Amino acid sequence: MTTVEPTPPPLPPIIKRRKRKPFDWSTAGIGLMMLTAAAIVYFRDGKDRFLEILYHDLWLFADVLLKVLAGCLIGAFLARLLPRELVAKWIGAESGIVGLLIATLLGAVLPGGPVTIYPIASALLFVGADVGATIAFITSWTLIAYTRALVWEIPFFGLDFVIWRTIISLPLPIIAGLLARFFGRTIAKNWSDT
Amino acid sequence: MTLYIVEALLWVMVAALALAAAVKGRILFRDGVREGTMDFVRLLPKVMIGVIGSGFIAAVMPPDIIARYLGPDSGFLGVIIAVLGGAFTPGGPVVGFSIGAAALKSGAGAPQVIAYITAWALYAVQRFFLWELPIMPRRLVWLRLLASLPLPFLVAAGAMLLGRP
Repeated sequence: MTTVEPTPPPLPPIIKRRKRKPFDWSTAGIGLMMLTAAAIVYFRDGKDRFLEILYHDLWLFADVLLKVLAGCLIGAFLARLLPRELVAKWIGAESGIVGLLIATLLGAVLPGGPVTIYPIASALLFVGADVGATIAFITSWTLIAYTRALVWEIPFFGLDFVIWRTIISLPLPIIAGLLARFFGRTIAKNWSDT
Repeated sequence: MTLYIVEALLWVMVAALALAAAVKGRILFRDGVREGTMDFVRLLPKVMIGVIGSGFIAAVMPPDIIARYLGPDSGFLGVIIAVLGGAFTPGGPVVGFSIGAAALKSGAGAPQVIAYITAWALYAVQRFFLWELPIMPRRLVWLRLLASLPLPFLVAAGAMLLGRP
């Protein structure tokens, strides 16, 4: 707090991304699966059912669009704003179990659904978070984030079940983070990032 | 209602970050907006395919058969089936929860359903190909999958030990 921060050096390109085409083989594969399912519904259940599902999904798509945009913007800004030294100190390679706890807490409280996880996680990794903490973050967001439960899970399962499931899931991000660190040191040492 | 709160929270975060970026410099702000928007545009086709297709996939799934193999007496075998089922359940945020809830109502055991939801949340194949691989570094993606392998079994064991609420 009291130390005067030196002028930061010009930022290196934080996000080195692979050149990506909007379509690739996996997208095409999923697309084919979707078309097959749609065809089955159309010929088995009739045109009305087909249209009903299509309208519902189109509405869902419109609803999700803004959230995806928000997630992408948050990721892009975070990658530029998060001070590397701070991230490295809190959730970097030397952060130990406390780093995993912080990452878990971060994953549980940040708003947003699964569509916003991955850009932010990549950004954290690029600014110096360690892989275990990043994975604890993703796991926490996936399994115990309250927004996800509020929006999607409680309507289906009710409050009691969701609270019960969440409590049982509390240690899981830490376990995943520890395992990721272990695997990262042993078998994944030479994996490249591309 | 809660939906709007979540959405509002997201955009409050965007606004706060954008403001912080703008204070630090106009170039920083402009690059952030440009990159975020470009990422969004790049993702659009995938989101469209994923979301619009999810309802058809759910409609094609046989929930009665899924429920039959996940009963409370199915024990550890049921958990294994649930984990495999969860991992290969495609669809957006709704499909896994709706199938899990349907299974619970048609007599599936709570530990099995919890294992199913957890496996689905952790590995959902479609999300893996449409989101994780395109967005995140490969090393992170594979390490996460590997580290997540025991989690659905642990959570099912925890559910069996604790019992239902």
